[in-house]
Amino acid sequence: MTEIPTTSAFTPERLAKVKEIIARYPEGRQKSALLPVLHLAQEQWGWLSSEVMDQVAELLSIEPIEVYEVATFYTMFHLQPVGKHVIEYCRTGPCCLMGAEGVYDHLQARLGIKTGQTTPDGLFTLKEVECLAACGWGPVFQIREKYYMNLTNEKVDSILDELSK
Amino acid sequence: MAIKILTEHSHIPGIETFDVYRKNGGYTALEKAIKTMSPEEVVEEAKKSGVRGRGGAGFPMGMKWGFLAKPEGVPRYLVCNADESEPGTFKDHYLMKTIPHLLIEGMIISSYALGANKSFIYVRGELMYVIQILEKAIAEATANGLLGNNILGSGYDLELVVQPGGGAYICGEETALLESLEGKRGNPRNKPPFPAVKGLYQSPTVVNNVESIANMAWIINHGGEAYASVGIGRSTGTKLISASGHIKKPGVYEIELGLSVEEFMNSDEYCGGIRDGHHLKALVAGGSSVPIIPAHLVYKTANGEDRLMSYESLSDGGFATGTMLGSGGFIVFDETACIVRNTWNFSRFYHHESCGQCSPCREGTGWMEKVLHRLEHGHGSMHDIDLLVDVAKKIEGNTICPLGDAAAWPVASAIRHFREEFEWHVSHPKEATLPGAVYKGAAVLA
Ligand SMILES: Cc1cc2nc3c(=O)[nH]c(=O)nc-3n(C[C@H](O)[C@H](O)[C@H](O)COP(=O)(O)O)c2cc1C
Ligand code: SF4
Ligand code: FES
Repeated sequence: MTEIPTTSAFTPERLAKVKEIIARYPEGRQKSALLPVLHLAQEQWGWLSSEVMDQVAELLSIEPIEVYEVATFYTMFHLQPVGKHVIEYCRTGPCCLMGAEGVYDHLQARLGIKTGQTTPDGLFTLKEVECLAACGWGPVFQIREKYYMNLTNEKVDSILDELSK
Repeated sequence: MAIKILTEHSHIPGIETFDVYRKNGGYTALEKAIKTMSPEEVVEEAKKSGVRGRGGAGFPMGMKWGFLAKPEGVPRYLVCNADESEPGTFKDHYLMKTIPHLLIEGMIISSYALGANKSFIYVRGELMYVIQILEKAIAEATANGLLGNNILGSGYDLELVVQPGGGAYICGEETALLESLEGKRGNPRNKPPFPAVKGLYQSPTVVNNVESIANMAWIINHGGEAYASVGIGRSTGTKLISASGHIKKPGVYEIELGLSVEEFMNSDEYCGGIRDGHHLKALVAGGSSVPIIPAHLVYKTANGEDRLMSYESLSDGGFATGTMLGSGGFIVFDETACIVRNTWNFSRFYHHESCGQCSPCREGTGWMEKVLHRLEHGHGSMHDIDLLVDVAKKIEGNTICPLGDAAAWPVASAIRHFREEFEWHVSHPKEATLPGAVYKGAAVLA
């Protein structure tokens, strides 16, 4: 599991980045920075605790509720601790036509967990998502910004082997 | 060779970099527009081209630009919709990662035309690697004096901002996108006011799809009339089609509008035909939201005319026998595909993605998912099939945004064309729930 205490502060580099992001928007529209800053926060802590969201609210001079409201609306944000690698697996129709359901069964069996769960060693969390705009290259999952496409059982095995090292 | 307006250079190694893009004629359209044309003249070329919005609705881009309000002293915004989340659609993803500068050049030309000094590209958050590609392209263009202050000495200033989404299909709807860009939940706004009058930060705003905007470089270089001479009738130009499902060659293809569906499906230049040993059963021509049509309506319309890849021909026959070009998400089903299972899958998608503001959509999509789950898992009744039709009807046209319709049409059309398949799930629950089971009675094209 992610070890970073969520009471810690943004790293100086990320704080500088936050300032840079806020400066992109017109005066007084700093709330527009919310999504990009939440992505930065998640990059640092792995998930968004209420402490982290409160920090974001303060940085953007908005109310904490405005942050919670948004964080709970968008599916990319994790509101619970997650494993080191979050596998976001596309479950939508076109991928299913390309055999996604069978590969997904294999993935779950191989990890010994179901959707939403994390492996006991804290290495992998499994999450089902909707269409990732890669339908012709399915089955597909994503781990952070990386796309893994044209998945087969064998390919899944070798990706997991690599990430388990 | 068919004409390529967007992907002519996409195979060139290094085309994602500024230098290679420039060597292949990149940014000459921008120079032409900024140095020799007034903003009004650029808008005029967009109008003449007849290019229609490629995000799904097909509204003429030049006409939309003409509606932009221009009150004194109020900033105007151009926002590019790169939220691409419609199941079956992956063309903008392809275009942005392959030729990012084509979009950047289009954004600068279009922003100049509209008088915007700050423009946004809203990219779905999952495509973080594409965001990095776009940011790099923007940095290169800025370093070469094509973005920033006083572009090419013209006195025109433009800043381009790439904004990530957070994972929400509804943010592809333009007013939800604007809410999201303002740092809020993606709840679509009531219209009017339309974005052209009150959009981002309550200022006049134009929202256009990636592919729509990327056409601008060619339109400026060759003229709107030349663009309008490509394609067929009111379907001018080319279109990127994302092809997926049971075909030999899934992928993104640029076609001239008016190409026959049969040629697109079967020629080696495009999809390469149905997988070996299999037969065409159904087609969703324009992303999950458009009606599904059975095999016998794919290559020919109900009138027996050739079905073409155009806005008009694909929708020929209306909801009774037609589909739509939509976003160009071409999803092909062979005889191994279970229509009930796919319809349930799509319904689950819409239920998951409903923003929950209006009850017909929030409750209706939930009902449809539940009933379809029941049918697919062998617990349905004949009454459930009519219930689905009824729920779909009650959602359609009764919601704030078109997601409601988008959820209703796939269900209504699947039942219209494949009712026996739904009935078979009710009458043969044991058989229908075996792994991989598919109704054998559906007509396919040999
Ligand atoms: C639920 C929903 C999702 C949409 N998703 C997208 C999308 O991902 N990309 C897009 O360009 N347009 C999408 N649209 C259409 C936009 O609302 C809008 O019409 C479009 O961005 C306008 O650009 P265009 O005229 O260039 O097509 C969506 C519409 C709805 C109702
Ligand atoms: S139709 Fe659905 S998605 Fe659109 S505003 Fe209403 S509840 Fe939200
Ligand atoms: S359906 Fe899986 S990426 Fe589109």
